[in-house]
Amino acid sequence: MSTNMTIYLRYWRQSGPKAKGYFEDRTLSTVNEHMSFLEMLDVLNEELQLEGKEPVEFDYDCREGICGSCNLVINGQAHGPKKGTACCQLHMRNYSDGDHITIEPPRASAFPVIKDLVVDRSAFDRIIEAGGYVSVKTGSAQDANAIPIQKNDADLAFDYAACIGCGACVAACPNASASLFTSAKISHLSHLPQGNVERSNRVLAMVEQMEGEGFGDCSNFGECEAVCPKEISIAAIADMRRDYARAVIQG
Amino acid sequence: MITLDAKIPDGPLEKKWSRHKKEMKLVAPNNRRKYEIIIVGTGLAGGAAAASMAEMGYKVKSFCIQDSARRAHSIAAQGGINAAKNYPNDGDSVWRLFYDTIKGGDYRSREANVYRLAEVSNNIIDQAVAQGVPFAREYSGLLANRSFGGAQVSRTFYARGQTGQQLLLGAYQAMMRQVELGRIEYYTRHEMFEVVLIDGKARGIITRDLVTGEICQHEADAVILATGGYGNVFYLSTNAKNSNVTAAWRAHKKGALFANPSFVQVHPTCIPVSGDYQSKLTLMSESLRNDGRVWVPRKKGDDRHPNDIPEDERLYYLEEKYPSFGNLVPRDVASRNAKLVCDRGLGIGGTGLAVYLDFRDAIAHDGKDVISAKYGNLFDMYANIAGEDPYTRPMRIFPAVHYTMGGLWVDYNLMTNIPGLFAAGEANFSDHGANRLGASALMQGLSDGYFVLPSTIGNYLADLKPDTRYGTDHEAFDIAAKKAQETIDRLLNINGKRTIIDFHRTLGRIVWDKIGISRTKEGLKEAIADIRSLRDEFWTNVYVPGEKNNYNKYLEFAGRVADFFELAELMAMDALNRNESCGCHLREEFQTEEGEAIRNDKDYSYVSAWEFKNRNGVLEEALHKEELNFEFVELKQRSYK
Repeated sequence: MSTNMTIYLRYWRQSGPKAKGYFEDRTLSTVNEHMSFLEMLDVLNEELQLEGKEPVEFDYDCREGICGSCNLVINGQAHGPKKGTACCQLHMRNYSDGDHITIEPPRASAFPVIKDLVVDRSAFDRIIEAGGYVSVKTGSAQDANAIPIQKNDADLAFDYAACIGCGACVAACPNASASLFTSAKISHLSHLPQGNVERSNRVLAMVEQMEGEGFGDCSNFGECEAVCPKEISIAAIADMRRDYARAVIQG
Repeated sequence: MITLDAKIPDGPLEKKWSRHKKEMKLVAPNNRRKYEIIIVGTGLAGGAAAASMAEMGYKVKSFCIQDSARRAHSIAAQGGINAAKNYPNDGDSVWRLFYDTIKGGDYRSREANVYRLAEVSNNIIDQAVAQGVPFAREYSGLLANRSFGGAQVSRTFYARGQTGQQLLLGAYQAMMRQVELGRIEYYTRHEMFEVVLIDGKARGIITRDLVTGEICQHEADAVILATGGYGNVFYLSTNAKNSNVTAAWRAHKKGALFANPSFVQVHPTCIPVSGDYQSKLTLMSESLRNDGRVWVPRKKGDDRHPNDIPEDERLYYLEEKYPSFGNLVPRDVASRNAKLVCDRGLGIGGTGLAVYLDFRDAIAHDGKDVISAKYGNLFDMYANIAGEDPYTRPMRIFPAVHYTMGGLWVDYNLMTNIPGLFAAGEANFSDHGANRLGASALMQGLSDGYFVLPSTIGNYLADLKPDTRYGTDHEAFDIAAKKAQETIDRLLNINGKRTIIDFHRTLGRIVWDKIGISRTKEGLKEAIADIRSLRDEFWTNVYVPGEKNNYNKYLEFAGRVADFFELAELMAMDALNRNESCGCHLREEFQTEEGEAIRNDKDYSYVSAWEFKNRNGVLEEALHKEELNFEFVELKQRSYK
């Protein structure tokens, strides 16, 4: 069995959307290298409760890197130091005894804080609502093999469809832009014949919604791609811009 | 008095669903907007149902506990989805998919339901492809298939290891289109507390807004629960942390019967527990057993490095016991034997609750490159979580709870015994019998949501006059809302010394040890006593932090753990009642000398449906039996020797 590590934690506390937030410090001396990052926070919360204190709120669900609920900013980096890894899949063996770790919610005006590390990402739902779909009714589909799709196109569409909607791209962007999230959905659908029909309307509606939600513009920093747990390529953003320009010109 | 009528249509098996569709009542398009339908849960079943019914013109209210419908736990399904397309031309058919599924469920499900599932499976694939779900394709541009356990044909469609994610996003996007069109009212971060009944019919629900703590009342003409399974009663499982039984259980306490609660699937190849802090278990695809060899040291407490343990001191227990199937025995058999060797004290690792899955021989035989090409991503996942290199040291694996076949009892229309209350997906009991085959869960969720409920709901609504509402000021809403508030206040006022997680973990250990992979009469009786005393302690000594009018995750958990306590007792009762071994339910008293399950079709070929009764504050459950009649298949005993 491994020995315990001591970790110096500093985490964000905010009692509600309008309350003033602050950092709280606490030393955890029972951290085990096999724990996941979120399990370390569970242990922190058990300690707090045994002292009659309120636990720290944070979002999580599947804890296997696919649901996109968790979105902690760890030492300034969305999802922490491990490339292509959501923070629920980050393990404490990536840290050493005596490390200092600061944990913040993603900071963006379009993601208001609900409590502590929990933020409201409903803006993402509204961007999808604006056009992130193929308008096909249940029961009206033709045979699945009626339209062959080149394997390369299908694979590329999949690469973009892998987005988990966690919002790390927004957290990492100096402009708090949602361009990678929005363009990933646009590229997923526009690389498939099924999605091609609504291509112009989709890009116009989704981009308009994205801007209306208060996300910033893309200035090609590339930070989004660097932190994306699914390593989605910023080539999607170029696709989105090209499609948008074409749609505007076509009117 | 409850009478269980499954409402299975007459006639030949292959005509039942089409005949039923022909005979069901319809609601005219211009009347549909006058009906409101509440759908709780936004996974494959709930999301697909919400999208489809809104498209038809009904007014839908959709609820989920996550911050977005896209995060429902269907998203985590890896392997694939079955369909009887027969694209590979390997002899598949609707009949064969039906037969494999009913046999895989060890003959404890309804023929008519399972046949319908197989029948609509092909429509699901068409629908998903039309939505833009990027299934795997061949170089021809046509869809690819692979094989899966329990079948001799390749009928599984997949999207890398993320099939559930892609299918769910398809349903979610279809649903969001209807939100935009104003046909779905969409509530996230809401938890369902109560079903509201008026004149014996489901007429609405009570929810709690998890952000503000507000208790909300919602009225409708029908309520659909698509709230998933109850695997988290074990505390540790492959389920997401928010998966729970609360909505189904509260419906059960209002009179809905709960069927086959003891049928729980345990998956043999998961990454084992490493310590008390462990919060969930991660599944490793069972395809690994194609090349890995399962073993433990023959000597108790042998703590040498596994590579230093010589061949003759290793116990390859599956290969020894099942020479013809070896490491490829089905899920239930592999799980049970892992537990048996660990019970004998031969388990490995710090906890003694793990066995080795060793690729040494496969790497020596095929080369590292071949193994890496087959399992590279799984090996990486293992290395990331376990911190060990599976190329040079055997993996440590252990079984984990994965799926619950039991759930709310429903008839052929997916309606519970409460008129107007429906259950879909993992939340109902209907299609998997005593054991679910791989790649069948996604199929059932989407079949219920896209194709079954949108037809059957009209048959129910057609008998209700449109636009007849009682209003949420009806006393039934007030009473239910008050009850919800009382539960919350009670939990917050206990102010005890033990944390919620501590109770949940302790409960999980009882359920795992005594209502887990194998069960005995004595153990189940002990479990009931243990659960009761722990539950009593919970209600006097749990500490629930925080306030009720704010975001408070632990308050949510407290309510769920309270429900798990009651469910756990029912699971033990159900397992105790079933004096046979079938599917995932193994009673040690009912096995052959070699440890093979003995099913008892004469006395137990029924669905056990339990009715909640509360006598002077003491929980009681009454058993109702729905006899299963097999007209079209012959019942056979499974063997893997």
